[in-house]
Amino acid sequence: MIDKTVGNVEEAVAGISDGAAVMIGGFGTAGMPDELIDALIARGVGDLTIINNNAGNGETGVAALIKAGRVRKIICSFPRQTDSHHFDTAYRAGRIELELVPQGNLAARIQAAGAGLGAIFTPTGFGTLLAEGKETRNIDGRDHVLEYPIHADFALIKAHKGDRWGNLVYRKTARNFGPIMAMAAKTTIAQVAEVVPLGALDPETVVTPGIFVQRLVEIGAPQSEKRS
Amino acid sequence: MNRLTRDQMAARVAQDIPEGAYVNLGIGLPTKVANYLPIEREVFLQSENGLLGMGPAPAAGEEDWELINAGKQAVTLLTGGCFFHHADSFAMMRGGHLDICVLGAFQVSTKGDLANWHTGEPGAIPAVGGAMDLAIGAKQTFVMMELLTKQGESKLVEACTYPLTGLGCVSRVYTDLAIFDVGPGGAHIVETVEGLTADDLRALTGLTLG
Repeated sequence: MIDKTVGNVEEAVAGISDGAAVMIGGFGTAGMPDELIDALIARGVGDLTIINNNAGNGETGVAALIKAGRVRKIICSFPRQTDSHHFDTAYRAGRIELELVPQGNLAARIQAAGAGLGAIFTPTGFGTLLAEGKETRNIDGRDHVLEYPIHADFALIKAHKGDRWGNLVYRKTARNFGPIMAMAAKTTIAQVAEVVPLGALDPETVVTPGIFVQRLVEIGAPQSEKRS
Repeated sequence: MNRLTRDQMAARVAQDIPEGAYVNLGIGLPTKVANYLPIEREVFLQSENGLLGMGPAPAAGEEDWELINAGKQAVTLLTGGCFFHHADSFAMMRGGHLDICVLGAFQVSTKGDLANWHTGEPGAIPAVGGAMDLAIGAKQTFVMMELLTKQGESKLVEACTYPLTGLGCVSRVYTDLAIFDVGPGGAHIVETVEGLTADDLRALTGLTLG
């Protein structure tokens, strides 16, 4: 019997080692898998490359990972926020490398990795600082920039419900990067509020098919839903 | 001079958003436009983080922090609204499916170049978010901004001095003193506040305005 569920968050993050590239879902705190990140911090690994839309908010999630000094490089679109002080401090001290990517290019590059594409041409960013030195091409009268996929060793995402085959549904705008990160990483680890029996999810409404998910762990009501 | 307030600017932009339009309102000043869309006019507001059919802020105490907008504020979903992932959301934006996008700006050039993401100051931490995708993706990109800086310099310029967000992407600029159409043919005055002439605007901006 195939059962991708694991009993706790420690087992969920097993195998993540120093230097890994880790995608972390979430837009701000919505969809941020705080419990998996806490387990990653407890695991003690560092020198990580983190792919997330932001660079941490407040004290939890990606912010806590940065505060703990575990992040060598972050690939994100919007690191400058009023409550991203742990990133600000690390960045100004030269302790963290930043690759800034326009948000839609970030999504498209992650999706390209998951879809097995070698690269994409995107109009976003053409003629700006963020396209400097990159190959360009005019296609059908419009200028495009060549951008490469973003792959990862692991993806840590948060979904609402999942089953033992790894099928997932999400909740509201917490969906954000989850479905595409699940496709792009070699190993995708999902934390869910509830593991439901096989067949309980309506197959017409499954958002992430189980093929993209290797492990899932039931968390109950996660931190970011309790916080307000 | 009858300078428009920021709320009056928002109300003026709202007048030009027709029923049925798919619209993204940028963070900051453009967010105010939603307050001036008449209730009987059905307009689809998209938020880049993954919702279409965005409603107003919930009552205090009713916030759901998994239902937020691009500015990470709690919002609501209108009946008929829906959720989607980030690649679909940016496909809506980049793929030309939105009718109108309204953005704030540091500078806009008479040719429609936009600078709104980075001051370029040494030591400033750069952050771009969805600005570059929004700028180039919608059928029409509107900018809302005060025409002059606090120092009295025009933010409508011959060529942007701030780092660019997109090239030739803005079609119309709504300011507190006038509305301009911009593009390959330069800047043209669409309307001005009462008592302000085209020559006054030319003197304020130093631009050849049609």
